[in-house]
Amino acid sequence: MIVILDYDVGNLASVLQSFKKAGMDAVVSKDPGTIQAADALILPGVGAFAPAMDALRASGLIPYLKEHVDKKKPLLGICLGMQLLFESSDEHGLHEGLGLLPGKITHFDISLNIPHMGWNGLKFDNESHPLLKYIEEGDYVYFVHSYYAVEADDTLVASAEYEVNVPAIVAKNNVYGMQFHPEKSGPVGSRILKAFKELIP
Amino acid sequence: MIAKRIIPCLDVRDGRVVKGRKFKDILDVEDPAVLAKRYALEGADELVFYDITASSERRAISLSFVEEVARELDIPFSVGGGVRSVEDFRTILRKGADKVSVNSAAVHDPELIREASRRFGNQCVVLSIDAKKENGGYVVYTEGGRNATALDAVEWAKEGVRLGAGEIVINSIDADGMKEGYDIDLLRRLKKAVNVPIIASGGAGAIEHFVEAAKVADADGMLAASVFHFGEIPIEALKKVLSENDIPIRLKVK
Repeated sequence: MIVILDYDVGNLASVLQSFKKAGMDAVVSKDPGTIQAADALILPGVGAFAPAMDALRASGLIPYLKEHVDKKKPLLGICLGMQLLFESSDEHGLHEGLGLLPGKITHFDISLNIPHMGWNGLKFDNESHPLLKYIEEGDYVYFVHSYYAVEADDTLVASAEYEVNVPAIVAKNNVYGMQFHPEKSGPVGSRILKAFKELIP
Repeated sequence: MIAKRIIPCLDVRDGRVVKGRKFKDILDVEDPAVLAKRYALEGADELVFYDITASSERRAISLSFVEEVARELDIPFSVGGGVRSVEDFRTILRKGADKVSVNSAAVHDPELIREASRRFGNQCVVLSIDAKKENGGYVVYTEGGRNATALDAVEWAKEGVRLGAGEIVINSIDADGMKEGYDIDLLRRLKKAVNVPIIASGGAGAIEHFVEAAKVADADGMLAASVFHFGEIPIEALKKVLSENDIPIRLKVK
């Protein structure tokens, strides 16, 4: 069973549906017992870093999330959920993240439009990574974000070019992050989730 | 590089798509979620729904289609039509839409853009502008093109972006329905004036019109209704031509 963490961050219907479509038995839950029994956890998120981190803390679910990771079970953060996995973010002041991945989140300092919004192609940094098994370099996925991960080179699986190198998929042991929205990325997104499914013991 | 977007637009009344005559092989042709999925499979990069339900009471019921589309669709979509308040934004976003577009109400109350973008982020606030060429410039019209305002379209777009709009949909009243191409002059003026995505709307009648908007005017997306609804331009063929013209486009859609 895949559990999508519900900590009051908006509509999770499309996230839930995307995991189901990719062949996974998934639920949205904030129940500690359900979370402890999960084979894999999904950390979604939209909006700003600090309110999301506050909501996650207030939910009381962080200890269960860390326990899950300690048990070597897969955790996947999506969009802002991925950003929360890093050490910190400077979105409206400096805020501490979960610290499960090395690196930090910072604002785009570029001449292109912000947010980085739309379909952008993936460049493979770690070609042999199992998450890339069913997609090809150049495949488009859907991004919407104004902040991005830096100092994350060691965990890079795939990136997107947007004047700067934007980490798109990161992975460290059993902790995974996707900056784009796989649930909004059509069949390519679905193939990435199918590859994620195969990483679940 | 970010791909240029192909965006079919669907009109919804009382929760059902109107003008959706294309997909005859689908029994329930007027179901928004069914049509939305079909467009996604054909290669649409994003969808726009305009709710044209006349009364606000009935619109509240009509909007239940948004939840179903959010559940079924695996590409982004926006919802517009009759959006008047921050509460309307909240309702539509909660139902799972990615963006909300606002038109006349923002002209009457520009603070709506600021308030909505502050609460929900500028990525989900789309300012839709109806513009008509007059005396060498472009005048903003409201209420579906019925009422002229004193606003210049380019200046209004700049003000909208300053207030927090994350995207502009520009509908040319002159070009709309003529099928002679998007208003390239208008698009170029907007592209020069603001640094958010500009979506061309009104006038698409042939594949070369999309190429022109993307290549000559550098529009970020091209919106159209009838050419897609009536199957005059298959999206797959359109995207192939765009790609052959070196326009960045998402081809793998299956």
